[in-house]
Parts: sequence; C-alpha cells; structure tokens
Amino acid sequence: MFSFRKSALAVLAAASVGGLMAAAPVQAQTLKVVMHSDVKILDPIWTTAYIQRNHGYMVWDTLFAMDEKFDVKPQMVDKYDVSADKLTWTFTLRDGLEWHDGKPVTAEDCVASIKRWAARDSMGQKLMASAEGLEVVDAKTFKLKMKEPYGLVLQSLGKPSSNVPFMMPKKTAETDPMQQIKIEDVIGSGPFVFKADEWKPGEKIVYVKNTKYKPRAEPPSGLSGGKVVKVDRVEWIAMPDAQTQIGALQSGEIDMIEAPGHDLLPLLAKDKNINLLNGNPTGNQYTFRFNSTAKPFDNTKVRHAVFVAFAQEDFLKATIGDPQWFKVCKAPFVCGTPLATDAGMADVLNGNAAKAKQLLTEAGYDGTPIVLMHSTDLQVLTNLAPVAKAQMERAGFKVDMVSMDWQTLVARRVKKDPPNAGGWHAFLTSWVAADILNPVMAGFFNASCDKAMFGWPCDATIEKFRDQFAKETDPAKQKQIVEDLQKYWVDHPTHINVGQWYAPLARRNNIEGNLIAPAPVFWNVSKK
Amino acid sequence: MLDFIARRLIAIIPVLAVVAVFVFLMLRLTPGDPAAVIAGDNATSDQIADIRAKLGLNEPIWTQFAIWIGNVLQGNFGESFFFKKTVAELIAQRVEPTLALAICTLLFAVTVSVPIGVMAAYRQGSLLDRAVMGFSVLGFSVPGFVIGYCLIYVFAIELGWLPVQGYIRIGVNFWGFLERMILPSLTLSVGFIALISRITRASVLEVLNEDYIRTARAKGLSNRVVLMRHALRNAAVPILTVIGLGIAILIGGAVVTESVFGLPGLGRLTVEAVLSRDFPTIQTVILLFSVVYVVINLLIDISYTLFDPRIRY
Repeated sequence: MFSFRKSALAVLAAASVGGLMAAAPVQAQTLKVVMHSDVKILDPIWTTAYIQRNHGYMVWDTLFAMDEKFDVKPQMVDKYDVSADKLTWTFTLRDGLEWHDGKPVTAEDCVASIKRWAARDSMGQKLMASAEGLEVVDAKTFKLKMKEPYGLVLQSLGKPSSNVPFMMPKKTAETDPMQQIKIEDVIGSGPFVFKADEWKPGEKIVYVKNTKYKPRAEPPSGLSGGKVVKVDRVEWIAMPDAQTQIGALQSGEIDMIEAPGHDLLPLLAKDKNINLLNGNPTGNQYTFRFNSTAKPFDNTKVRHAVFVAFAQEDFLKATIGDPQWFKVCKAPFVCGTPLATDAGMADVLNGNAAKAKQLLTEAGYDGTPIVLMHSTDLQVLTNLAPVAKAQMERAGFKVDMVSMDWQTLVARRVKKDPPNAGGWHAFLTSWVAADILNPVMAGFFNASCDKAMFGWPCDATIEKFRDQFAKETDPAKQKQIVEDLQKYWVDHPTHINVGQWYAPLARRNNIEGNLIAPAPVFWNVSKK
Repeated sequence: MLDFIARRLIAIIPVLAVVAVFVFLMLRLTPGDPAAVIAGDNATSDQIADIRAKLGLNEPIWTQFAIWIGNVLQGNFGESFFFKKTVAELIAQRVEPTLALAICTLLFAVTVSVPIGVMAAYRQGSLLDRAVMGFSVLGFSVPGFVIGYCLIYVFAIELGWLPVQGYIRIGVNFWGFLERMILPSLTLSVGFIALISRITRASVLEVLNEDYIRTARAKGLSNRVVLMRHALRNAAVPILTVIGLGIAILIGGAVVTESVFGLPGLGRLTVEAVLSRDFPTIQTVILLFSVVYVVINLLIDISYTLFDPRIRY
C-alpha cells in the first residue's frame, strides 16, 4: 500500500543525503614540501639567493623560459620578431595574461620589470648597456632597440636562474631596485598565488593555485611550456633540521624534500615509500675562487699552478661520496650543456703536483702563506677546503686554512684588505649549473677589475672574449669563442671548477610530475 | 614587599642597559655582514655596498647605537633586515610556541622530578634512589638533540603515535597542539628533571635529619604528612632557586629543541637571526630573554615568602 508519509520521508531522506553529499567538502590537495631554506625575503630581484628565485617561479611569470634542451622558448610572449639589421626586437604578449588582482598584464608592466631586473642582474646590465632603448608600442607590444647586434637577447630575457627576469606590475616594478618590494606587492601573473595572510616566516609559506592562470598549450619542458597546476595548495614548511626532515618524510607528514643531505640519502633509498629524483641533471659545480688582487695570486702562473695541482675526484669524494651523485667534468660551462667543451683543459685538473711545483718555482713563489677560507657550517661545502689545502701543499704551497661559518666567509670575501689583515686569498663555493651556462652569465668569468665579483680579476683579453660572445648571434661562432676563451683562461684562471655534483629531491611515491629543470618548480606536480 | 618589588623592577633598567650595550657591541664586533647575506651568493661588491648603505650599516657604530636605543625607548624595536616585518611583529608570531614549550616542560618536569627526588631521599640507598641518581647523571650527560632524535624514531617513526615535527596553535586544534608538544617537552624535560630531582633529593635529605622532623614522627604523623608538609616545605627554597635558574637552561634548550622538532618559536628565530646577522632581531630577542630572566627570578624570590615565613622583604 502506498504510504504518502513514508514516501515523503524517503524523498526527504534522499534529498538530505544528496544535499549532504553535495555539501561534503572536497579535500584540497596540499603539497607539503621542505625547501633548502626558509623564505625570508619576498623579492626575487632584490637578492640572488636561490630560495627567492624558487619563490619567484611560484608567483611570477617570465617572458621567455629555458626548456629541457637549453633552448629559450616564449612564455608570456606570444610572438616576437627581430628586424633584418638585428637591431630591433619586437615582443607581443599573449592573450589572457592577468595579475592575481585581476588587472591585465601590459607591455608597460614588462618594460618596467625589465628595467628593474636589469639594474640588479649582471646579464641584464650587459643587455641594457648594449640597448638604445626599451619602449612600449601598445598595451601588448614593446620594442627593444639595440645599439649593435646582440646575441644574448633571448638568453637574457629567458635567464633561468638568479636573478630571473620576472614580470611584475608596473607599480611594483617601479620600486627602487635597491629596496625590497612590500608584502602587499607580491602579486604576480604566475601559476600560484602567494597567501600573504598565511605567511609565517620560520614556519611556512603558502601558495594556492591561480585558477585564472591560462597555461600555454605546449607540454611542459624545463621551465617552459604549459604551467598546469595539479594541486590546490603548496606549503613550504620551514624545517631546519636535516634528520627531522627525513623523519617527517618517512612518516608522511611532508611530501617532498628539495635537497636532503647526501649523508642521509642511503636512509631514504632504503625506504620503499620514498624515491629520489635528480630533477636538475646539470646539477651544480664546485668552484675554487682566487683573490686575483692578492699576492701571489696576482701572478697568473701561480694561479695556473693551482689548476695543475688540483684533481676533481678528491673534492667530490670528500663532499658527496657516492659517485652516483657527482661527475668529474673539466668543462667550466658544465657537462651536458651546449657550451660544454674540454678545449684547453688537457693539462689541468689532473692532480699533477710535480708539474705544479715546477710552475711555482718558475713563477718565483716566495712561500707566502695562502689564506684559504674554510666554511664549516654548510655540509656540501665543509670538506672542500681541506682537500684544496692538501692538494696545494703537495704542490709546494704554504696554506693557512681559516675556519669560519659561511656568513662570516660571505662578509670577508668582499673585503680587499691584505689576506693577513682580514682579507683572503681563496675560498670554495658552489654554483647552480644554470647560472654558469656561458661566459657572460657566469659571474666568476667577469674579469672587469673592480666591477667584477669578489676576487676582482682584471683581464682585458677575457673581457674582450665575453664582449665578442655577447655580440655574436651565430651559435656555432659563439661556441668557437668559448673554446678560444677557455684555452686562454686555463693559463689565466679567474677561478677553478673542481667538479660537478647533483642534489636529488626526495619525494613520497604518491607524488608525480616533477619537471627536469634548473630550478624546482611545482606546476605539473600531482599528488595521488 | 611592594617596596622590594619596586626596587627590583627599577633594578631591571641598568641590567637591560648593560645587556643592550653589550649585545650591540658584540654583534658589531662579530665577523659577518647582513648586507652580504641579503644580497645572495651571486651579488657583486657594489650591490652589497648599496644594501649596506640602505640598512644604515655605514654609519659610525655609536650613531647606529644612538638611533637604535632611541627607537627602543619609544617602543620601536625596528624592522628585521630580512623579513619586511617589524621585530615586535616577528616576536609576537613566535612567542606562543616557546611559551607553550616552556610551560609544558616546566609542568612536566616539576610534576615528575619533585616526587621522585623526595622518594629518592626518603629511601636513600635503595634501588629507587640509585635509579634516580643514575637517571640524573644520564639526563645531564646526553645532549637534548640525541634524546629528541631517539624519541622521534621510537614514537613518531616506528610506532607512529605522535607527529615528528610541527606546531599547531592551541586555539586552532587543542589535540593537535597537545600531540605536537609531547615529544619536545619530554626532550627538554630530561635535563630539567635530572637537575631538579637531584637538588630535591639533596635538600630533602638535609631536612630529614632535622630535629623537627624527628618531632613530627614522634607525634605519630604519617610518612606522607611528614614528607609533604614538613620536609618538602622546608626544602622548597633551594628547589625553587634551581627551578628559577633552570629557566635559563630552558631558554638555551629551547633553541635546540625547537630546531629538532620544527617548532617556529623564539629559539629558532634567535638561531636564524644569528646565522643571518639580523641585528635588530637578535638585539630585541636577547633583551626580551633578559627581561624574562630577571622577572622570573623576581617571582622566585617572592615565592620564597610563601614557603618560608621567616623570609621578609
């Protein structure tokens, strides 16, 4: 028998269940990551630190971007062309670009952003020094006029690492380049939106998916292509203790560690729920930097003797250990990249102490102790200086290794005082490969005396090669210039590359889609 | 009493003045340059020099000090060199985890250490006494971070009972807060328990030999009453003193414990500020710790009067 009451109740029950189901909140996909450092500064143009570069890639977008094969591809730019005389570059932005506050991205914004970036970045400075002007044509188009043909226009605008030319709204980009932008100005047009209200320095920084972002149609490759975001929210958790990071990953409290310590990798490799991924196959390069103004390193023959005395494998074994994560590579512009070459390198980096000793005698080395700064608090750098000391002493150098924390070293390396009075002769550091892909980009090749980076090498020939490289538009000729430069540089070194190494990221098995790129990016990453 | 408190509060001023001058000078004399840290590894010397100028670090040291102390006297502790936030704002964000850790640790440590110290004294020479003394030696000797890692391994990774790290604010989720406080408090408590239980044992032992304890026993009072009402109360002053002194150990221990357990507290803020040479933050945090230390000692002094009526200020 039909019962109205029962039917009504059934309908109500069904409706309420349906309603409940409809109202049930869908669990937001949150990716929890421990990066190599906490984000303290929000302006990726103000500083060259890598954590700010990574933060930049979350919030802001770039005009061009480098793909997996080191080719520069348009990103915010829809189309570009260069005049027949190679002097005028015209760029047109693609449709639908919007800042996170809903305003459209305009050519004016881009011009202001390029100017601010160029005030801080060495490649940008070189670009603008060669430029006659940068002007807005219309809302979506701007022109860059060069004084003479310049071979690094796209490489500059698509520079993958610090400082990356991120595009910012005009109002933000007009901030004094020597001042940090304000927290309320962290508004980009990139694939993620920075959550200012949830940023707690020392605890976490939060980004949510930019639902209005229109990715390019091309598949992602390196830093280029479609930036499709597959999670709702990304949290970078500040966790300073390396052992705690591992525990948190193993227990599933976090999804990923950007750079776990090499000594802890065997622990992670044994865990079936975790996998290691070398997301940056060009990796990093250890570098020994001379103070070329301090005796005896003002003598190129003495510097060359160090080059002859060094052997890369000892440095790499002492710091990285497992050969899976390092590579002996003599090419200063990094093995596996278009400008990698061994030209001129046959007689150096072979650990030839006898030859080095002979060179030192010829150079008239008087036994001045070499003040070698040794940083003790960064695990990836700590063991480098003792190896350098041992190899140099074998070749006849007297070495005074001075131990200090990295920040003390950073402060001391900019001092031009005599080495025995607060200055220095040498120290070791590491570069991300993406920062040293060519002689203009690689800061330690800058040999413009006082304008060069600390170490202040002064070599007109190297500068001539760098200028030639910048002006050359033919890639084959650029490569030839690099080979010629390298052959000269080996005898007049500004620094020494002491090996290539890799820092895999560790992630739980339910995380997929990390891109192979010089900087860790979080579009395309999904969580199952 | 009020006169005593007022005098002690006024005495804070010269203490803070000395701390301020000392910290300021120490920081300026320590090697390191915040501008170089801010500029990053790829920066040129010119860029670093520009940032130094913007931060006012090129001014003579006494000018820098005068500006800073002038601002502090107006309640302005300055802006962090790194975060675009005022130091007061940063400290306000970080104070809760440290306060929570300190309170949980104190509560746990006092609750455990005083009874075991009393019992160890009462049963001097017994297995319990030896165990307590053995534990206290161990508690003093094993570094906090080792205890922390062991606890994480057992309770978070192997058993999965508690989270490895992190902090949830008490107002957001009480249980989440509590479960994230257990391991850090336990870690920090170990040294504290060792210290207090040892002092409690020694103080109670001394008191147990007094005539009035014998009298109390002769009156037929139970052991519990003798111990709690007569022995412990009379032994309380040195115990309270040690608890007060222990606050300093607690502040130092919090630096390590907060790093191991990923707690975003003042201890970690201090470490981060020191490593990056964030002068305004370091100066303010140390001033704050000094105030806390002085005030806690004042409170301990006042609390003596509760246990020993002979003490008058």
